[in-house]
Amino acid sequence: MEQLYQQVILDHYKNPHGKGLAELDANQLGGESHQVNPTCGDEVTMRVQFTGDGTQRTISSVTWDGQGCSISQASISVLVQLVEGQSVGDVEHVADVFRQLMDTRGKGFPADDEATESKEDLLDDANAFTGVSKFPARIKCALLGWSALRDTLASTGASADAHAQGIKHC
Amino acid sequence: MNSTAPHTLSANELAAIRADFPILSRTVRDGKPLVYLDSGATSQKPDPVLDAEQDFYLQRNAAVHRGAHHLAEEATDAFEEARHHVARFVGAQPHDIVWTSGATTALNIIAYGMQNATLGRGGDAAKRFALAPGDEIVVTEMEHHANLVPWQELAHRTGATLRWISVDDSGRLRTEELDTVVTQRTKVLAFTHASNVTGAITDVAAFVRRAKEVGALTVLDACQSVPHLPVNLTELGVDFAVFSGHKMLGPTGVGVLYGRTELLEALPPVLLGGSMVEVVTMTDTTFMSPPQRFEAGTQPVAQAVAFGAAAQYLGEIGMDAVFAHERDLTERLLRIADLPGINVIGPLDAVDRLAVVSFTVDGVHAHDVGQVLDDYGVAVRVGHHCAQPLHRRFGIASTTRASASVYTTEQDIDTFVESLQQVQTFFQVN
Repeated sequence: MEQLYQQVILDHYKNPHGKGLAELDANQLGGESHQVNPTCGDEVTMRVQFTGDGTQRTISSVTWDGQGCSISQASISVLVQLVEGQSVGDVEHVADVFRQLMDTRGKGFPADDEATESKEDLLDDANAFTGVSKFPARIKCALLGWSALRDTLASTGASADAHAQGIKHC
Repeated sequence: MNSTAPHTLSANELAAIRADFPILSRTVRDGKPLVYLDSGATSQKPDPVLDAEQDFYLQRNAAVHRGAHHLAEEATDAFEEARHHVARFVGAQPHDIVWTSGATTALNIIAYGMQNATLGRGGDAAKRFALAPGDEIVVTEMEHHANLVPWQELAHRTGATLRWISVDDSGRLRTEELDTVVTQRTKVLAFTHASNVTGAITDVAAFVRRAKEVGALTVLDACQSVPHLPVNLTELGVDFAVFSGHKMLGPTGVGVLYGRTELLEALPPVLLGGSMVEVVTMTDTTFMSPPQRFEAGTQPVAQAVAFGAAAQYLGEIGMDAVFAHERDLTERLLRIADLPGINVIGPLDAVDRLAVVSFTVDGVHAHDVGQVLDDYGVAVRVGHHCAQPLHRRFGIASTTRASASVYTTEQDIDTFVESLQQVQTFFQVN
């Protein structure tokens, strides 16, 4: 149980980053996404604001509102912490690594892989979700916010990879 | 209802029943004894049911209602005998029992059959099922999506209007609304016998009485009631009813559509193909009589046979005893309503109520409640239980649900209650 509910997760759940939707600045690129987890009715609305153009485009702010379990809410909070101020390309990479972590069935990245250290550095607080990947029913919870972010990147055309859209409900 | 106290199950009887369910003696999550409180989603299966299904495959497997060989005869006999068992179990005639792949399919057969009638199929006899703008379909606010969405869609397709009976703060239907919501315009009154969320048992007699006054057809979702209390569909006087095998100790993949004889004879079929036709030419087809008319294609024969065994199994225990036992469990489950920070969504007394208790925990999301309970070996359901409108009515997105069955013990409930307090400790909300 403690492996699943790491203190980092409970802390983010109690004091989430970015909660409360901010008005989007119409002069800058921005977008909103609403995602639901149909199995439990959890939902999130996320607003993402960008600055800059092309490869220089960065995420200036992420705000959100929604309801859900500790895993989904904490995961969105960690997402905000990880992506604000980062370039779109870097954010898509982090999102990709986080999805990889969710596929490790609770084991985390292999210790004998030399890429592991850099992946763990990249994920920072999101490493706390390693235990979540052991519970198939909860992976969707952890990915709810990341799906909203991906949807926003795709719908605004901000995505570095225009094909990184598609599955909306993970 | 059985408000007096009939014979309940003795400790020995309950132990003997539990011994029939191999899965109940397994452990989960690193050696914890399984406490299965998710029977409202699907029940566990006793040996006689599993044996019936396996025995069919081992000894009698053949296509039914065709073939002149020995095995085909025995297979057909087993298939039709199961229909008798299930019919007797719910006080119906065997020819009024249609096998379906489940209750959801059964409800869709009624709704799509009515659409076919609206399109003019089925001739004059089917006109009673036709809908037009101005007609109304009435459901309730506490329906499972399976008894709501098919009617919504039927209304959209035919121009009929969907209306509903609302739910009061205690989680019971406002039966008094029947007088205003159900009118001469009502063509269908579709309602659940017992809520899969609040456990509240519907006053079926009042619904049937009102429907008869205005000439509306009644459709009863009996999925939650048939496994847990004595149900006699003939005495209830409903026009159609549906229930599933897997919630009443039977296998998945098989359910029942019940209809009064004259209605099944008039309802146009929905699924078309082999085994349900008489004469087929390149342009036209005549259909067999019910129930075969609604049983196109290869049926889940082994599952139907096992479903029959499940009905026999429950019948031998006696549904009065099952209901009395589960009523005791209901009272025990409802003790959680007295715990601080626990909010039960549904009636707080055990009268006219099933052992299905949904609740929220202040400060803890249902998913997290279920996860911690699971760590103690307690299996519950979390989410909206396919009843989003009912949850919305209470201003919540999800609940945790504990639901019992004939094999559930008081010890199961006590473990659940103790574990629930651990949930609050873990999330530091107590």
